[in-house]
Order: sequence, then C-alpha cells, then structure tokens
Amino acid sequence: MQTKRTIFPNKLLPYLLLAPQLAVTLIFFIWPAVQAVKSSFEREDPFGFKTTFIWFDNYKRLFADPTYLNSVGKTAVFAVSVTLLAMSVSLLLAVSVNRVLRTNRLYTTLLVWPYAVAPVVVGILWWFMFNPSIGIAPYLLRGLGINWNHRIDGSHAMLLVIIAASWKQISYNFLFFVAGLQSVPQSLTEAAAIDGAGPFKRFWTIVFPLLSPTTFFLLIVNINYAMFDTFGIIDATTSGGPAQATNILVYKVYADGFLGLNIGSSAAQSVVLMLIVIALTAIQFRYIERRVQY
Amino acid sequence: MVENRPFLSFLTHLVLIVGVVIVVFPVYLAFVASTHGNGDFLSGLVPLLPGPNLIENYRLMLTEGISTAGAPPLWIMLGNSLVIAIIIAVGKIAISLLSAYAIVFFKFPFRLLAFWIIFITLMLPVEVRIIPTFKVVADLGLLNSYVGLTLPLIASATATFLFRQFFLTIPDELMEAARVDGAGPLKFFRDILLPLSRTNIAALFVILFIYGWVQYLWPLLVTTDSRYYTVVMGIKRLAATADGEPQWHLVMAAVMLAMLPPVLVVIFMQRLFVKGLVETEK
Repeated sequence: MQTKRTIFPNKLLPYLLLAPQLAVTLIFFIWPAVQAVKSSFEREDPFGFKTTFIWFDNYKRLFADPTYLNSVGKTAVFAVSVTLLAMSVSLLLAVSVNRVLRTNRLYTTLLVWPYAVAPVVVGILWWFMFNPSIGIAPYLLRGLGINWNHRIDGSHAMLLVIIAASWKQISYNFLFFVAGLQSVPQSLTEAAAIDGAGPFKRFWTIVFPLLSPTTFFLLIVNINYAMFDTFGIIDATTSGGPAQATNILVYKVYADGFLGLNIGSSAAQSVVLMLIVIALTAIQFRYIERRVQY
Repeated sequence: MVENRPFLSFLTHLVLIVGVVIVVFPVYLAFVASTHGNGDFLSGLVPLLPGPNLIENYRLMLTEGISTAGAPPLWIMLGNSLVIAIIIAVGKIAISLLSAYAIVFFKFPFRLLAFWIIFITLMLPVEVRIIPTFKVVADLGLLNSYVGLTLPLIASATATFLFRQFFLTIPDELMEAARVDGAGPLKFFRDILLPLSRTNIAALFVILFIYGWVQYLWPLLVTTDSRYYTVVMGIKRLAATADGEPQWHLVMAAVMLAMLPPVLVVIFMQRLFVKGLVETEK
C-alpha cells in the first residue's frame, strides 16, 4: 500500500492516532458482527438461560421458510424497480440539464435537495399523498376507475414504496450523471454532428457508452440503497404489510429480531445480508480499481 | 450545445419542469397541509392551497408538541437532532483525519491490518447488525444518552479514504521542508496538514451532517426517554397514532420543520455538498 517517500520515524504515535477509529470499529462494528455470526449457529431456550450450538439449523430453517423466501423475492422486485426507475428518470433529467445553458444552476438546485430528506420523512410524505381516505393520488386515480388502497392491496403497497424510494434517490443519481456527462468530451459530439448524426443517435452511440462507468457505479449504489437504506420508507408507509407484501429483507431482520424476538433466525438473516453487502462492495471496488488504471 | 433545435430545447425545458414538479409536489402538499386547521381534512380531500393556520400550527408544535402522542415539544427534538448531527459529523471527521494521517505518513507493523479493519466497516451497515450492536450499547449502559446515540455511528471508512486520497496528493517536499525546519509530526499535522484540508473538511461536514440528521433506526432503538428523541424519529411517533387518522396539520408542520435544516444546508452550501458527495463516493 502506498505511503509517502519520507515518513515520520515515531513508533508509538501512529497507534495512538489510529486508536479512536479502531476502538469504535472493534467495539461497535466487528464485535457485534462476530456475535451475529456466532448466534446464527445457536439456539436460545425460551427463557434465555442456555444456548445450544446447532450448526446450520437456523440457516436450513430460514431457507425452508416460505415467508423468508417471499421476502427475498419482494426485495429483488423492489431493488430492481427502484434502481431502474430512479436511474432512468435521473439520466433523463441530467441529459436535459446538460443541454440547458443559462438556467442549469437553478434547475440543479431545485432537483438536488431531496438528498437531505430523511427516508422516514419521505415515507410520510408519500403516505400522505396516497392516503386512501384523504390523499390526492387516490382521489385522482378514482377518476380513472382505480380504487387505490395500499392497506389492502399488496401490489399497490409495493408500488407506493417503489415510487417513494425512487423519488428520494433521483437527486443522488442526477448529480453523478451530470458529473459524468460533463466529462464526455465536447469534440466527440461535435464531430458526430458534423457527420450528420442527430441528437438521439449521438446520445445512444457516443454519450451513453462513455457514461457506462458512471452507470455501472450507480447501478451498484442504487441496489445497495434499495436494499439497506430504505428501512425508514418501509416503516413509515407500509410496515412490511399488507400480508408481507413489502416485507423486504432489511425490514424483516428488524421485525423478527426486535418485535418477534427470534434471535437465532434474525442473526442468520443478518449474516446473509452481510454477505450481500460484502459482495456488492467487492464488485464496486474491483471495478473502481480497474477504472483507475486507464 | 452543438446545434440549435428549438423543438428539442422546448422538450428539454418541459422535461426539467415536469421533473421539478415531481420533486417539489409532495413537499408542497405537506406545506399546504401544515397551514390548515384540523377540520379541513374531514372533507375527504386534502386542500391544495395554503390555509390561515400557519403560525398557530408551527407555534403549537415547536413549544408544546402533542402530549397525547407522547411527543415532546419540537424544539427539544430539533435541538437533539442538531447536537447529534454535529457530534457525528465532527467525530467522524476528527477520528478519520487522525487515522488517515497515521496510515499515510507513518510506517509501522500491522498498518495494512488497520487499514482493512477500517475498510470492513463499509460492509457492515447498522441495519444488518442491529441486535448485537444494540446489545453492546445496552451492556455499556449507553441507552438514552448522547454517547449511545452518536458513538456507534462515528467510525467512518469513507471519510478515512477521502483524507487518505487527499494526503497522498500532498507533495513530499512540504513535509521534508517542515522536518528540516524542526517540526515534529504533531506540529506538521496541526500547522500544515489541517489548513490544507480545510475545503475537504467543509465538504465532508455537509455530507456527514445530513447523514447524522436523517438517522432513524438507531435513535429509535436506543432512546426510550423522550428527552433524547430526535426529530426524525419523533415524527414517526406522531404519525403512528393508534386511534384512526393522525392530526395531519400538526404532523405535517413537524415534517416541514424536520426537513428544513438539512435541506437548507444543501441549498446554501450546494458547491460544498456536490464536492463532498461526488468525492466521498468515488
């Protein structure tokens, strides 16, 4: 790993400098993670007096549990939809802002602030808009003959959380797409224009391929976001319901562990989620290292 | 812009205006709701234009709260959120600066190991290890305290990486010159490295302040005493009233107040915000 050519000779000082970060990491990150792994292999008796080591029983039971498999499916639908919706909308907006000359600062300001809105607040905003008794969206949908009720209809509930989660993520994707678009050399699009390529052709054959590093980066970040940072949105809108229709994995860990008090199963779920994060982070970093080389 | 196409320009603006409307509308609706009285929501549809109760609703929420929902006055919760967001941001920046300094400017055994331990925190978001983390905090007796609310969130791999990246770009000559002039490592850090990192620190502060402000799950778990409620988690308690419809006008006043501080930070420090966001994530 890289350091400076010349370094300070102190022996003790670097450890002291690292101590606070490492202490917090070990106590609040590594130790709990180890505990989660440990208790995922154990069963606790109902009174909490003794625990027995049961190998992979928690995992076996978990993957045989239809509500867990349902949750895996819901998470996949949710994550893919949020990623596609949030990324396509923000790409469209970013391309538009990139075309505008004078007012682009104004548009950017108006589009980026949802980044600062807490997920749970986003959930409440959309829950209010889609409230079956007083919300404006169900009122308009009734005009179209749709009887919106996400308290009863599972697919309505899923749509609601997808829209709310995408809304929050648009600002983030937008900023990265704008940054990506600005690094596409103007000379290439000008050359293509001279050769007679129209704006749409230029976008799909030149700009979009050159944007692929940004797109790939955002793909990973968005999947990560949809899977792990949307707890507040789910909690404020549907609480995983109705009938498990929006019970995504990260919400289920919380619900099973804190509300259901099923420690073994919740620990096994935590470990599965950790493996997913590790995989996503590994993909992200491998790709970034490759990009640095050229 | 390569060529002039009036229709496409028109379409561009149309897309952007529709985009802005989609982004702004939910918040506009919340604002409108927060300016009405209680009776205005019984008609079956939310009002679309502001009402007369703006000052009264906000004053009520700020000074009294809703005691039936177990929510303290909002100014207490806003104060808590502010304190917590600042502690988290300052704490993360401080310990990350120190550890990045150690990793870049010193050679010592287990340096790589330390780097990896910090790196691993990226892969362990609070959400996936809540129960054991909660247990650690409970065993240390940190429930219902600012320490318990902030300390477990303070480790930061991204901030450490950002400072490491930045320190690596600082020319070696600077440090050599400082050493020739007799500056020790702490003096070099304080008088040269810190002033050079000022913009990075500011940009990171904006991002981390928002990160701290929007925390929800963690405060929800570690606080049972309403004196330590943060505004983001307090709102959920307001909205989740057991008996039927919540008092929309008051809930939305609280929502507006909870949203305002971080959103203002983004709007007024947009340059730093964009820099912080784009650079920390790379």
